[in-house]
Amino acid sequence: MKRHHLCVAQFAVWLCSAQLVADEGVFDQYRDLMGDENPAVFIVDEGEELWFMPGGPESTTLEACDLGLGPGITAGAYVRFPRYFADTDAVMDLESRLVYCMTTIQGRDLKTLTAKPYSQRGDFGTEIEALVTWLAAESEGATIAPEQTHAAERAMFNLGEEIFFYRAGPHDFSCATCHEQSGMRIRLQALPDLTSQSGASEAWGSWPAYRISQGLVRTMGWRLRDCFRQQRWPELQMGSEVSVALQTYMAVNAAGGTMAAPGLKR
Amino acid sequence: MTTIYAKCISRRGWLRWTLILSAAAAFPGRAWAAVARPKEAFSATALDEALAALGDAPQVHEGIQFMTPDIAENGAVVPIRIQVDSEVLPNVSKVSVLVEMNPNPLAASFDIPPGTEVYIETRVKVAQTCTLYAVAEADGQLYMQSRETKVTLGGCGG
Amino acid sequence: MAGRIRIRAQKKGDITEVKALMRHPMETGMRKDQAGDPIPAHFITEVSVFHGDQPVMQGHWGAAVSANPFLGVRFAGGKSGDIVRVVWTDNQGGTGEGDTTIR
Repeated sequence: MKRHHLCVAQFAVWLCSAQLVADEGVFDQYRDLMGDENPAVFIVDEGEELWFMPGGPESTTLEACDLGLGPGITAGAYVRFPRYFADTDAVMDLESRLVYCMTTIQGRDLKTLTAKPYSQRGDFGTEIEALVTWLAAESEGATIAPEQTHAAERAMFNLGEEIFFYRAGPHDFSCATCHEQSGMRIRLQALPDLTSQSGASEAWGSWPAYRISQGLVRTMGWRLRDCFRQQRWPELQMGSEVSVALQTYMAVNAAGGTMAAPGLKR
Repeated sequence: MTTIYAKCISRRGWLRWTLILSAAAAFPGRAWAAVARPKEAFSATALDEALAALGDAPQVHEGIQFMTPDIAENGAVVPIRIQVDSEVLPNVSKVSVLVEMNPNPLAASFDIPPGTEVYIETRVKVAQTCTLYAVAEADGQLYMQSRETKVTLGGCGG
Repeated sequence: MAGRIRIRAQKKGDITEVKALMRHPMETGMRKDQAGDPIPAHFITEVSVFHGDQPVMQGHWGAAVSANPFLGVRFAGGKSGDIVRVVWTDNQGGTGEGDTTIR
Protein backbone atom coordinates (compact mmCIF):
# COMPACT_ATOMS: atom_id res chain seq x y z
CA MET A 1 0.00 0.00 0.00
CA LYS A 2 2.82 2.38 0.91
CA ARG A 3 4.51 1.63 -2.37
CA HIS A 4 1.30 2.32 -4.24
CA HIS A 5 0.96 5.69 -2.53
CA LEU A 6 4.51 6.58 -3.45
CA CYS A 7 3.79 5.84 -7.10
CA VAL A 8 0.70 7.98 -7.06
CA ALA A 9 2.58 10.84 -5.45
CA GLN A 10 5.30 10.54 -8.08
CA PHE A 11 2.66 10.49 -10.76
CA ALA A 12 1.16 13.67 -9.31
CA VAL A 13 4.51 15.42 -9.37
CA TRP A 14 5.01 14.30 -12.94
CA LEU A 15 1.52 15.48 -13.85
CA CYS A 16 2.22 18.89 -12.38
CA SER A 17 5.69 19.32 -13.84
CA ALA A 18 5.61 17.58 -17.20
CA GLN A 19 3.62 20.35 -18.71
CA LEU A 20 6.37 22.89 -18.18
CA VAL A 21 7.64 22.07 -21.64
CA ALA A 22 4.33 23.08 -23.24
CA ASP A 23 4.38 26.27 -25.29
CA GLU A 24 3.25 29.29 -23.27
CA GLY A 25 2.42 31.10 -26.52
CA VAL A 26 -0.47 28.76 -27.26
CA PHE A 27 -2.55 30.09 -24.41
CA ASP A 28 -1.63 33.71 -25.22
CA GLN A 29 -2.88 33.20 -28.77
CA TYR A 30 -6.20 31.90 -27.45
CA ARG A 31 -6.45 34.83 -25.03
CA ASP A 32 -5.69 37.36 -27.78
CA LEU A 33 -8.53 35.99 -29.88
CA MET A 34 -10.88 35.94 -26.88
CA GLY A 35 -10.29 39.61 -26.17
CA ASP A 36 -11.40 41.09 -22.88
CA GLU A 37 -15.16 40.83 -23.26
CA ASN A 38 -16.13 39.08 -20.03
CA PRO A 39 -19.75 37.82 -19.86
CA ALA A 40 -19.46 38.14 -16.05
CA VAL A 41 -20.73 41.73 -16.53
CA PHE A 42 -24.23 40.26 -16.83
CA ILE A 43 -23.90 38.33 -13.59
CA VAL A 44 -22.62 41.46 -11.79
CA ASP A 45 -25.79 43.29 -12.85
CA GLU A 46 -27.98 40.38 -11.81
CA GLY A 47 -26.34 40.22 -8.38
CA GLU A 48 -26.93 43.91 -7.80
CA GLU A 49 -30.58 43.51 -8.71
CA LEU A 50 -30.97 40.56 -6.36
CA TRP A 51 -29.52 42.58 -3.47
CA PHE A 52 -32.13 45.31 -3.92
CA MET A 53 -35.01 43.00 -4.82
CA PRO A 54 -37.54 42.18 -2.07
CA GLY A 55 -37.53 38.43 -1.50
CA GLY A 56 -38.59 35.58 0.80
CA PRO A 57 -41.63 35.37 3.10
CA GLU A 58 -40.62 38.72 4.66
CA SER A 59 -40.50 40.32 1.22
CA THR A 60 -37.48 42.37 2.21
CA THR A 61 -34.32 43.34 0.36
CA LEU A 62 -30.86 42.40 1.56
CA GLU A 63 -30.00 46.02 2.34
CA ALA A 64 -30.12 45.34 6.10
CA CYS A 65 -27.46 42.63 5.68
CA ASP A 66 -24.25 43.40 7.57
CA LEU A 67 -21.25 42.12 5.63
CA GLY A 68 -18.93 43.34 8.36
CA LEU A 69 -18.74 47.03 7.53
CA GLY A 70 -22.26 47.83 8.73
CA PRO A 71 -25.75 47.04 7.36
CA GLY A 72 -26.02 47.61 3.63
CA ILE A 73 -22.36 48.53 3.10
CA THR A 74 -21.17 46.55 0.11
CA ALA A 75 -18.21 48.52 -1.29
CA GLY A 76 -14.97 47.05 0.02
CA ALA A 77 -16.73 44.33 2.05
CA TYR A 78 -15.46 41.36 0.00
CA VAL A 79 -11.74 41.95 0.68
CA ARG A 80 -12.22 41.63 4.49
CA PHE A 81 -13.61 38.08 4.25
CA PRO A 82 -13.46 35.51 5.78
CA ARG A 83 -14.15 37.31 9.08
CA TYR A 84 -15.62 36.84 12.55
CA PHE A 85 -19.22 37.90 13.19
CA ALA A 86 -20.37 38.38 16.77
CA ASP A 87 -24.04 37.74 15.88
CA THR A 88 -23.23 34.17 14.84
CA ASP A 89 -20.09 33.82 16.96
CA ALA A 90 -18.38 32.31 13.93
CA VAL A 91 -15.83 33.05 11.22
CA MET A 92 -17.83 33.16 7.99
CA ASP A 93 -17.03 33.33 4.31
CA LEU A 94 -19.11 35.59 2.08
CA GLU A 95 -21.30 32.75 0.82
CA SER A 96 -22.33 31.58 4.29
CA ARG A 97 -22.84 35.21 5.40
CA LEU A 98 -25.21 35.74 2.47
CA VAL A 99 -27.12 32.58 3.38
CA TYR A 100 -27.34 33.86 6.98
CA CYS A 101 -28.77 37.20 5.78
CA MET A 102 -31.22 35.53 3.41
CA THR A 103 -32.57 33.29 6.18
CA THR A 104 -32.65 35.88 9.01
CA ILE A 105 -33.67 38.98 7.03
CA GLN A 106 -35.75 37.54 4.21
CA GLY A 107 -37.05 34.58 6.19
CA ARG A 108 -35.98 32.09 3.56
CA ASP A 109 -35.56 28.37 4.08
CA LEU A 110 -31.99 27.31 4.85
CA LYS A 111 -32.40 23.85 3.29
CA THR A 112 -33.64 25.23 -0.01
CA LEU A 113 -30.88 27.83 -0.16
CA THR A 114 -28.07 25.39 0.53
CA ALA A 115 -29.48 22.50 -1.51
CA LYS A 116 -27.91 23.89 -4.69
CA PRO A 117 -25.57 26.81 -3.97
CA TYR A 118 -23.63 26.31 -7.20
CA SER A 119 -24.90 25.88 -10.75
CA GLN A 120 -25.09 22.41 -12.19
CA ARG A 121 -25.04 21.41 -15.83
CA GLY A 122 -27.87 23.13 -17.67
CA ASP A 123 -28.25 25.86 -15.03
CA PHE A 124 -27.74 29.48 -15.93
CA GLY A 125 -26.44 30.74 -12.58
CA THR A 126 -27.63 30.70 -8.94
CA GLU A 127 -28.60 33.59 -6.67
CA ILE A 128 -25.55 33.04 -4.45
CA GLU A 129 -23.23 33.07 -7.46
CA ALA A 130 -24.72 36.32 -8.75
CA LEU A 131 -24.61 38.06 -5.34
CA VAL A 132 -21.01 36.98 -4.71
CA THR A 133 -19.98 38.16 -8.18
CA TRP A 134 -21.54 41.58 -7.68
CA LEU A 135 -20.03 41.92 -4.20
CA ALA A 136 -16.58 40.99 -5.56
CA ALA A 137 -17.02 43.65 -8.24
CA GLU A 138 -17.92 46.08 -5.43
CA SER A 139 -14.35 45.50 -4.15
CA GLU A 140 -12.63 45.71 -7.54
CA GLY A 141 -9.28 47.44 -7.14
CA ALA A 142 -9.41 47.21 -3.34
CA THR A 143 -6.55 45.73 -1.34
CA ILE A 144 -7.08 42.20 -0.04
CA ALA A 145 -7.05 42.58 3.76
CA PRO A 146 -8.88 39.80 5.60
CA GLU A 147 -9.62 40.45 9.26
CA GLN A 148 -7.20 38.64 11.59
CA THR A 149 -7.85 40.50 14.84
CA HIS A 150 -10.19 38.04 16.54
CA ALA A 151 -8.70 34.90 18.04
CA ALA A 152 -11.22 32.81 16.10
CA GLU A 153 -9.95 34.32 12.83
CA ARG A 154 -6.36 33.43 13.66
CA ALA A 155 -7.41 29.94 14.70
CA MET A 156 -9.22 29.57 11.38
CA PHE A 157 -6.02 30.50 9.50
CA ASN A 158 -4.05 27.88 11.44
CA LEU A 159 -6.67 25.24 10.69
CA GLY A 160 -6.62 26.22 7.02
CA GLU A 161 -2.84 25.88 6.89
CA GLU A 162 -3.04 22.44 8.45
CA ILE A 163 -5.67 21.26 5.95
CA PHE A 164 -3.68 22.72 3.05
CA PHE A 165 -0.76 20.40 3.78
CA TYR A 166 -2.86 17.40 4.91
CA ARG A 167 -2.52 14.39 2.63
CA ALA A 168 -5.58 12.20 2.31
CA GLY A 169 -7.87 10.34 -0.02
CA PRO A 170 -7.26 7.43 -2.42
CA HIS A 171 -4.52 9.42 -4.24
CA ASP A 172 -2.85 10.65 -1.06
CA PHE A 173 -3.09 14.22 -2.32
CA SER A 174 -2.90 17.43 -0.38
CA CYS A 175 -3.68 20.91 -1.69
CA ALA A 176 0.08 21.48 -1.44
CA THR A 177 0.79 18.62 -3.88
CA CYS A 178 -0.01 20.97 -6.75
CA HIS A 179 -0.01 24.38 -5.06
CA GLU A 180 3.22 24.89 -3.14
CA GLN A 181 5.59 25.43 -6.05
CA SER A 182 5.54 28.00 -8.82
CA GLY A 183 5.74 27.36 -12.55
CA MET A 184 3.68 24.15 -12.43
CA ARG A 185 0.77 23.30 -14.68
CA ILE A 186 -1.90 20.70 -15.23
CA ARG A 187 -2.30 20.42 -18.97
CA LEU A 188 -2.44 24.06 -20.09
CA GLN A 189 -3.55 25.50 -16.76
CA ALA A 190 -0.93 27.24 -14.66
CA LEU A 191 -1.05 26.21 -11.02
CA PRO A 192 -0.53 29.08 -8.60
CA ASP A 193 1.78 28.64 -5.61
CA LEU A 194 -0.74 29.41 -2.89
CA THR A 195 1.93 29.51 -0.18
CA SER A 196 3.42 32.64 -1.78
CA GLN A 197 1.87 36.11 -1.57
CA SER A 198 2.02 36.63 -5.34
CA GLY A 199 0.45 33.27 -6.18
CA ALA A 200 -2.22 33.51 -3.50
CA SER A 201 -3.20 37.08 -4.36
CA GLU A 202 -3.44 36.32 -8.07
CA ALA A 203 -5.72 33.37 -7.31
CA TRP A 204 -7.77 34.93 -4.51
CA GLY A 205 -8.10 38.22 -6.41
CA SER A 206 -9.35 36.68 -9.66
CA TRP A 207 -12.28 34.66 -8.27
CA PRO A 208 -15.24 34.66 -8.67
CA ALA A 209 -14.56 34.13 -12.35
CA TYR A 210 -16.46 33.46 -15.53
CA ARG A 211 -15.56 29.93 -16.55
CA ILE A 212 -15.76 30.12 -20.32
CA SER A 213 -15.83 26.34 -20.72
CA GLN A 214 -18.97 26.19 -18.55
CA GLY A 215 -20.62 29.48 -19.53
CA LEU A 216 -21.03 30.27 -15.82
CA VAL A 217 -19.53 32.37 -13.07
CA ARG A 218 -17.90 30.23 -10.39
CA THR A 219 -17.06 31.35 -6.85
CA MET A 220 -14.02 30.52 -4.70
CA GLY A 221 -16.27 28.23 -2.67
CA TRP A 222 -17.01 26.25 -5.82
CA ARG A 223 -13.33 26.30 -6.86
CA LEU A 224 -12.31 24.70 -3.57
CA ARG A 225 -15.12 22.18 -3.76
CA ASP A 226 -13.93 21.17 -7.23
CA CYS A 227 -10.35 20.79 -5.95
CA PHE A 228 -11.71 18.37 -3.35
CA ARG A 229 -13.54 16.45 -6.06
CA GLN A 230 -10.37 16.21 -8.13
CA GLN A 231 -8.44 14.97 -5.11
CA ARG A 232 -11.18 12.34 -4.69
CA TRP A 233 -11.95 13.78 -1.27
CA PRO A 234 -15.46 13.89 0.24
CA GLU A 235 -17.66 16.70 -1.07
CA LEU A 236 -16.74 20.07 0.43
CA GLN A 237 -19.84 21.73 1.87
CA MET A 238 -20.45 25.41 1.21
CA GLY A 239 -19.72 27.47 4.32
CA SER A 240 -18.32 24.48 6.24
CA GLU A 241 -15.47 24.95 8.68
CA VAL A 242 -13.06 23.24 6.27
CA SER A 243 -14.08 25.52 3.39
CA VAL A 244 -13.89 28.68 5.51
CA ALA A 245 -10.52 27.59 6.94
CA LEU A 246 -8.97 27.05 3.51
CA GLN A 247 -10.36 30.36 2.29
CA THR A 248 -8.91 32.09 5.35
CA TYR A 249 -5.50 30.52 4.68
CA MET A 250 -5.61 31.71 1.05
CA ALA A 251 -6.94 35.18 1.80
CA VAL A 252 -4.36 35.83 4.52
CA ASN A 253 -1.55 34.66 2.22
CA ALA A 254 -3.01 36.97 -0.44
CA ALA A 255 -3.13 40.03 1.85
CA GLY A 256 -1.79 43.15 0.20
CA GLY A 257 -2.81 42.01 -3.28
CA THR A 258 -5.51 43.65 -5.38
CA MET A 259 -9.01 42.36 -6.15
CA ALA A 260 -9.44 41.98 -9.91
CA ALA A 261 -12.61 39.90 -9.95
CA PRO A 262 -14.68 38.81 -11.70
CA GLY A 263 -11.94 37.09 -13.63
CA LEU A 264 -12.11 35.30 -16.98
CA LYS A 265 -10.89 31.70 -16.95
CA ARG A 266 -10.56 28.90 -19.49
CA MET B 1 -39.14 40.82 -47.22
CA THR B 2 -40.74 40.25 -43.85
CA THR B 3 -42.26 36.93 -44.79
CA ILE B 4 -38.78 35.46 -44.89
CA TYR B 5 -38.63 35.69 -41.12
CA ALA B 6 -42.21 34.80 -40.28
CA LYS B 7 -41.46 31.11 -40.06
CA CYS B 8 -38.62 31.22 -37.59
CA ILE B 9 -39.53 33.93 -35.14
CA SER B 10 -42.35 34.64 -32.75
CA ARG B 11 -45.30 36.90 -33.53
CA ARG B 12 -43.81 39.56 -31.28
CA GLY B 13 -40.44 39.18 -32.99
CA TRP B 14 -42.17 39.22 -36.36
CA LEU B 15 -43.75 42.57 -35.55
CA ARG B 16 -40.38 43.92 -34.54
CA TRP B 17 -38.86 42.71 -37.78
CA THR B 18 -41.65 44.24 -39.81
CA LEU B 19 -40.92 47.58 -38.19
CA ILE B 20 -37.17 47.31 -38.53
CA LEU B 21 -37.18 46.12 -42.10
CA SER B 22 -39.72 48.67 -43.26
CA ALA B 23 -37.57 51.31 -41.63
CA ALA B 24 -34.57 49.96 -43.49
CA ALA B 25 -36.52 49.95 -46.74
CA ALA B 26 -37.22 53.65 -46.28
CA PHE B 27 -33.58 54.37 -47.08
CA PRO B 28 -33.17 53.32 -50.70
CA GLY B 29 -29.62 54.72 -50.78
CA ARG B 30 -28.44 51.63 -48.96
CA ALA B 31 -31.37 49.38 -49.59
CA TRP B 32 -30.31 45.85 -48.82
CA ALA B 33 -32.43 42.80 -48.56
CA ALA B 34 -31.26 40.54 -45.76
CA VAL B 35 -31.11 36.97 -46.97
CA ALA B 36 -33.15 34.06 -45.63
CA ARG B 37 -31.74 31.61 -43.11
CA PRO B 38 -29.90 28.83 -44.96
CA LYS B 39 -32.03 26.15 -43.31
CA GLU B 40 -30.86 23.24 -45.39
CA ALA B 41 -27.21 24.02 -44.70
CA PHE B 42 -27.90 24.28 -40.96
CA SER B 43 -29.62 20.91 -40.78
CA ALA B 44 -26.86 19.13 -42.75
CA THR B 45 -25.01 16.59 -40.62
CA ALA B 46 -21.86 16.25 -42.75
CA LEU B 47 -19.43 18.89 -43.94
CA ASP B 48 -19.82 18.13 -47.67
CA GLU B 49 -23.58 18.24 -47.36
CA ALA B 50 -23.47 21.61 -45.56
CA LEU B 51 -21.05 23.07 -48.11
CA ALA B 52 -23.19 21.80 -51.01
CA ALA B 53 -26.23 23.48 -49.47
CA LEU B 54 -24.35 26.80 -49.41
CA GLY B 55 -23.39 26.70 -53.11
CA ASP B 56 -20.95 25.27 -55.63
CA ALA B 57 -17.68 23.78 -54.43
CA PRO B 58 -15.61 26.54 -52.79
CA GLN B 59 -12.12 27.45 -54.01
CA VAL B 60 -9.34 28.19 -51.53
CA HIS B 61 -8.69 31.94 -51.52
CA GLU B 62 -5.77 33.63 -49.79
CA GLY B 63 -7.77 36.85 -49.45
CA ILE B 64 -9.72 35.30 -46.59
CA GLN B 65 -7.91 35.74 -43.30
CA PHE B 66 -9.20 33.13 -40.91
CA MET B 67 -7.95 33.10 -37.33
CA THR B 68 -8.65 30.32 -34.86
CA PRO B 69 -6.49 29.25 -31.91
CA ASP B 70 -4.08 26.35 -32.62
CA ILE B 71 -5.17 24.82 -29.33
CA ALA B 72 -8.37 25.47 -27.40
CA GLU B 73 -8.41 24.27 -23.81
CA ASN B 74 -12.04 23.39 -24.10
CA GLY B 75 -14.22 23.12 -27.16
CA ALA B 76 -17.11 25.01 -25.57
CA VAL B 77 -15.64 28.37 -26.50
CA VAL B 78 -13.35 28.70 -29.49
CA PRO B 79 -12.84 32.31 -30.56
CA ILE B 80 -12.68 32.88 -34.32
CA ARG B 81 -12.06 35.86 -36.58
CA ILE B 82 -12.77 36.14 -40.31
CA GLN B 83 -11.52 39.11 -42.29
CA VAL B 84 -11.56 39.62 -46.05
CA ASP B 85 -9.60 42.37 -47.79
CA SER B 86 -12.06 43.81 -50.31
CA GLU B 87 -9.21 44.71 -52.68
CA VAL B 88 -8.11 41.09 -52.89
CA LEU B 89 -11.59 39.56 -52.87
CA PRO B 90 -14.34 42.13 -53.63
CA ASN B 91 -18.14 41.89 -53.35
CA VAL B 92 -18.32 39.42 -50.49
CA SER B 93 -21.96 39.32 -49.38
CA LYS B 94 -21.97 36.32 -47.05
CA VAL B 95 -19.54 34.65 -44.69
CA SER B 96 -20.09 31.26 -43.02
CA VAL B 97 -18.24 29.29 -40.35
CA LEU B 98 -18.22 25.50 -40.44
CA VAL B 99 -16.81 23.04 -37.94
CA GLU B 100 -15.99 19.76 -39.63
CA MET B 101 -16.74 17.33 -36.78
CA ASN B 102 -19.73 19.06 -35.16
CA PRO B 103 -23.11 17.23 -35.32
CA ASN B 104 -24.25 20.07 -37.59
CA PRO B 105 -21.11 21.49 -39.22
CA LEU B 106 -22.58 24.92 -40.10
CA ALA B 107 -22.20 27.04 -36.95
CA ALA B 108 -23.08 30.49 -38.22
CA SER B 109 -23.69 32.43 -41.39
CA PHE B 110 -23.55 36.22 -41.80
CA ASP B 111 -25.11 38.33 -44.54
CA ILE B 112 -23.09 41.45 -45.11
CA PRO B 113 -24.44 44.50 -46.94
CA PRO B 114 -22.22 46.89 -48.93
CA GLY B 115 -20.51 49.37 -46.57
CA THR B 116 -19.90 46.80 -43.88
CA GLU B 117 -16.36 45.51 -43.57
CA VAL B 118 -16.05 41.81 -44.14
CA TYR B 119 -14.95 41.29 -40.55
CA ILE B 120 -16.61 38.91 -38.11
CA GLU B 121 -15.54 37.87 -34.65
CA THR B 122 -17.47 35.30 -32.65
CA ARG B 123 -16.99 32.23 -30.45
CA VAL B 124 -18.12 28.75 -31.42
CA LYS B 125 -18.32 25.26 -29.95
CA VAL B 126 -15.97 22.67 -31.42
CA ALA B 127 -16.86 19.08 -30.53
CA GLN B 128 -13.36 17.68 -31.06
CA THR B 129 -10.05 18.41 -32.77
CA CYS B 130 -10.85 19.10 -36.41
CA THR B 131 -10.70 21.57 -39.27
CA LEU B 132 -12.70 24.80 -39.20
CA TYR B 133 -13.75 26.45 -42.45
CA ALA B 134 -14.46 30.08 -43.30
CA VAL B 135 -16.51 30.29 -46.47
CA ALA B 136 -17.10 33.59 -48.26
CA GLU B 137 -19.60 34.13 -51.05
CA ALA B 138 -18.78 36.78 -53.68
CA ASP B 139 -20.75 37.24 -56.91
CA GLY B 140 -22.39 33.86 -56.43
CA GLN B 141 -19.08 31.99 -56.10
CA LEU B 142 -17.81 30.37 -52.89
CA TYR B 143 -14.27 30.81 -51.58
CA MET B 144 -12.77 29.34 -48.44
CA GLN B 145 -9.93 29.14 -46.01
CA SER B 146 -9.45 26.47 -43.36
CA ARG B 147 -7.55 25.95 -40.11
CA GLU B 148 -7.15 23.10 -37.70
CA THR B 149 -7.90 23.68 -34.02
CA LYS B 150 -6.87 21.10 -31.45
CA VAL B 151 -9.30 20.69 -28.59
CA THR B 152 -7.78 19.55 -25.31
CA LEU B 153 -9.47 18.66 -22.06
CA GLY B 154 -9.17 21.18 -19.30
CA GLY B 155 -7.07 20.46 -16.25
CA CYS B 156 -8.25 21.60 -12.86
CA GLY B 157 -6.45 24.92 -12.55
CA GLY B 158 -7.23 28.52 -13.25
CA MET C 1 -32.70 37.79 -17.06
CA ALA C 2 -31.95 36.49 -20.51
CA GLY C 3 -32.34 38.96 -23.30
CA ARG C 4 -29.73 41.45 -22.24
CA ILE C 5 -27.08 42.75 -24.58
CA ARG C 6 -23.90 44.67 -23.80
CA ILE C 7 -22.64 46.68 -26.74
CA ARG C 8 -19.57 48.80 -27.31
CA ALA C 9 -19.22 50.83 -30.51
CA GLN C 10 -15.98 52.66 -31.03
CA LYS C 11 -14.85 54.78 -33.94
CA LYS C 12 -11.40 53.97 -35.27
CA GLY C 13 -10.62 56.20 -38.24
CA ASP C 14 -13.33 55.63 -40.86
CA ILE C 15 -14.40 52.38 -39.29
CA THR C 16 -16.79 51.78 -36.40
CA GLU C 17 -15.91 48.71 -34.36
CA VAL C 18 -18.89 47.02 -32.68
CA LYS C 19 -18.51 44.43 -29.94
CA ALA C 20 -21.62 42.83 -28.49
CA LEU C 21 -22.12 40.27 -25.74
CA MET C 22 -25.51 38.60 -25.40
CA ARG C 23 -26.95 36.86 -22.34
CA HIS C 24 -28.16 33.51 -23.64
CA PRO C 25 -27.58 29.84 -22.68
CA MET C 26 -27.21 28.62 -26.31
CA GLU C 27 -28.29 25.08 -25.40
CA THR C 28 -27.71 22.58 -28.19
CA GLY C 29 -30.50 20.21 -27.19
CA MET C 30 -27.94 17.39 -27.01
CA ARG C 31 -26.98 17.75 -23.35
CA LYS C 32 -28.50 16.12 -20.31
CA ASP C 33 -28.88 17.74 -16.91
CA GLN C 34 -27.53 16.31 -13.63
CA ALA C 35 -30.64 14.13 -13.28
CA GLY C 36 -30.13 12.68 -16.77
CA ASP C 37 -33.04 14.48 -18.39
CA PRO C 38 -32.42 16.11 -21.76
CA ILE C 39 -32.00 19.89 -21.72
CA PRO C 40 -34.16 21.32 -24.53
CA ALA C 41 -32.48 23.18 -27.40
CA HIS C 42 -32.51 26.91 -26.75
CA PHE C 43 -30.38 29.10 -28.98
CA ILE C 44 -30.37 32.38 -30.86
CA THR C 45 -31.23 31.80 -34.50
CA GLU C 46 -31.18 35.33 -35.92
CA VAL C 47 -29.08 38.31 -34.85
CA SER C 48 -28.88 41.72 -36.52
CA VAL C 49 -26.78 44.81 -36.07
CA PHE C 50 -28.15 48.21 -37.09
CA HIS C 51 -26.48 51.59 -37.44
CA GLY C 52 -29.43 53.91 -36.95
CA ASP C 53 -32.03 52.23 -39.16
CA GLN C 54 -29.49 50.75 -41.55
CA PRO C 55 -28.75 47.03 -41.32
CA VAL C 56 -25.03 46.48 -40.84
CA MET C 57 -25.10 42.71 -40.59
CA GLN C 58 -27.63 39.89 -40.46
CA GLY C 59 -26.41 36.73 -38.75
CA HIS C 60 -28.03 33.30 -38.84
CA TRP C 61 -26.84 31.14 -35.97
CA GLY C 62 -26.96 27.48 -35.10
CA ALA C 63 -26.64 25.90 -31.66
CA ALA C 64 -22.84 25.74 -32.12
CA VAL C 65 -22.37 29.40 -31.24
CA SER C 66 -21.03 29.50 -27.65
CA ALA C 67 -23.10 30.34 -24.55
CA ASN C 68 -23.39 34.07 -23.78
CA PRO C 69 -22.42 34.76 -27.39
CA PHE C 70 -19.95 37.36 -28.53
CA LEU C 71 -20.17 39.15 -31.86
CA GLY C 72 -17.70 41.63 -33.34
CA VAL C 73 -18.40 43.51 -36.60
CA ARG C 74 -17.01 46.61 -38.33
CA PHE C 75 -18.68 49.06 -40.64
CA ALA C 76 -17.83 52.33 -42.41
CA GLY C 77 -19.62 55.63 -42.06
CA GLY C 78 -20.50 55.83 -38.36
CA LYS C 79 -20.28 59.13 -36.48
CA SER C 80 -19.77 59.74 -32.77
CA GLY C 81 -23.17 59.80 -31.07
CA ASP C 82 -24.89 57.63 -33.71
CA ILE C 83 -26.95 54.76 -32.35
CA VAL C 84 -25.90 51.15 -32.88
CA ARG C 85 -28.48 48.49 -32.10
CA VAL C 86 -28.34 44.71 -31.79
CA VAL C 87 -31.50 42.59 -31.97
CA TRP C 88 -31.90 38.82 -31.70
CA THR C 89 -34.59 36.16 -31.73
CA ASP C 90 -34.23 32.56 -30.58
CA ASN C 91 -35.75 29.18 -31.43
CA GLN C 92 -38.23 29.42 -28.52
CA GLY C 93 -39.61 32.77 -29.63
CA GLY C 94 -37.54 34.81 -27.19
CA THR C 95 -36.08 38.15 -28.20
CA GLY C 96 -33.34 40.44 -26.99
CA GLU C 97 -32.40 43.96 -27.86
CA GLY C 98 -29.80 46.52 -26.84
CA ASP C 99 -28.27 49.71 -28.10
CA THR C 100 -25.42 52.11 -27.52
CA THR C 101 -23.99 55.28 -29.02
CA ILE C 102 -20.77 55.34 -31.00
CA ARG C 103 -17.85 56.67 -28.97
